Amino acid sequence: MLHALDVCVVLLVLPLAVRTIAARETFAAVVSFMAYGLLLTLAWMRLAAPDVALAVAAIGSGLSGVLLLGASARLRATERPAAAERPSALLRLAAGILSAMIAAGLAAGVLSQPDPGPTLAPSVAEHLATTGVGNPVTGVLMAFRAMDTMLEKIVLLFALVGVWSLAPDRLWGGRPGPRHQADPRGVLAFLARLLPPVGFVVGVYLLWVSADKPGGAFQGSTILAAMWLLVMMAGLGDTPPVASRWLRLALIVGPAVFLAVGLGGLWFGDAFLAYPEAYAKALIVVIELGMMLTVAVTLALLVAGAPARSVPRSVPRNTPRNAPRNARR
Amino acid sequence: MSPTTVFGLWGAAAVGLGLYGMIVNPQPLRRILAFDLLGSGVFLLLGVVARRGAAAGFGGDPVGQALTITGVVVAFAATALAAALWLRLFEAAGSATLPDDAPPSASTDA
Repeated sequence: MLHALDVCVVLLVLPLAVRTIAARETFAAVVSFMAYGLLLTLAWMRLAAPDVALAVAAIGSGLSGVLLLGASARLRATERPAAAERPSALLRLAAGILSAMIAAGLAAGVLSQPDPGPTLAPSVAEHLATTGVGNPVTGVLMAFRAMDTMLEKIVLLFALVGVWSLAPDRLWGGRPGPRHQADPRGVLAFLARLLPPVGFVVGVYLLWVSADKPGGAFQGSTILAAMWLLVMMAGLGDTPPVASRWLRLALIVGPAVFLAVGLGGLWFGDAFLAYPEAYAKALIVVIELGMMLTVAVTLALLVAGAPARSVPRSVPRNTPRNAPRNARR
Repeated sequence: MSPTTVFGLWGAAAVGLGLYGMIVNPQPLRRILAFDLLGSGVFLLLGVVARRGAAAGFGGDPVGQALTITGVVVAFAATALAAALWLRLFEAAGSATLPDDAPPSASTDA
């Protein structure tokens, strides 16, 4: 049954998507993309996927948007010369025909789907009780397809290693990104003081509630990452040097706990990542907590970028919280 | 027309638009944006398939939905790495486009 809301969402989302591609300035394109992503969450709600809606809003729209806004500001100088390299009309026409054909093919696929769609929902429902969680999506992510989730953590870590390794040699081990300055009495600094406690509670709540209701470890971690980024962007805290030991520990604790539980399954159970039924829920929560810390730190540092400022040798292993200004010594 | 059809068609259109932007836009960040738009279309198609697999009291196939969440996170990681690469290229070379020594009639990329 088609709802008026569905039509509205598509009508609103269409010009935003076109603008993401066609806007003259990259900044405008990124803003359109963020608005597009937020409206897309309505589509995900209509598709009965609240967990995905949360993920799309937090990561797909919010975090990607911040990352690309920052990059577009730093690459603004390249805009004029790049625009001059516009491909020829012939190439554009060919690209248009190719894209239209692929979209038409996908649309034909959408229109000719088998009527009872293929589904694994019955088998998830049958075995969900053994995991101790009530939210089927969490059950799939943390138990039935835990291997995918673990590898995804490792992919995130590899992406961060990739970003860091782009630093010039002399800056290796330094602090990522520029030192942000903001008016200490401005709105940004005010929000950076007001929101983090609230965001922290909401983030941890999303993780905890995901056992039975829509939520999730990623979605919660993204909110934590956003709070940390807010503090850094308001100039209230600095990014930690990538050589910092506590940072490295935070980055590996999630995959390490996941791997340890997986190997434990091999030892005590019958397979890698097999949870003993009595402890399934407890193990899932332990994995999720470790994951939350790691994912939050990884996501924030992915946005912060490659090391760009060297750290003076005299202050090694300084935690970022009380690094500058507080001249206690 | 059901909502799944509408959003499925929308997903197909987003894939087409994103692909076009990725081929045509010379500005690297715009290509990353187009790639993300394409990705959002693919995820939406996956969501439509998951929704049509609603059974056993669930609103949709949870396996498809979980896959989408994993995909969104990996797409973000790819976006971050790609943006960092362009920023580094800009720092090192002073330009964010790949040098195109050939005459402009030779396609910039295919």
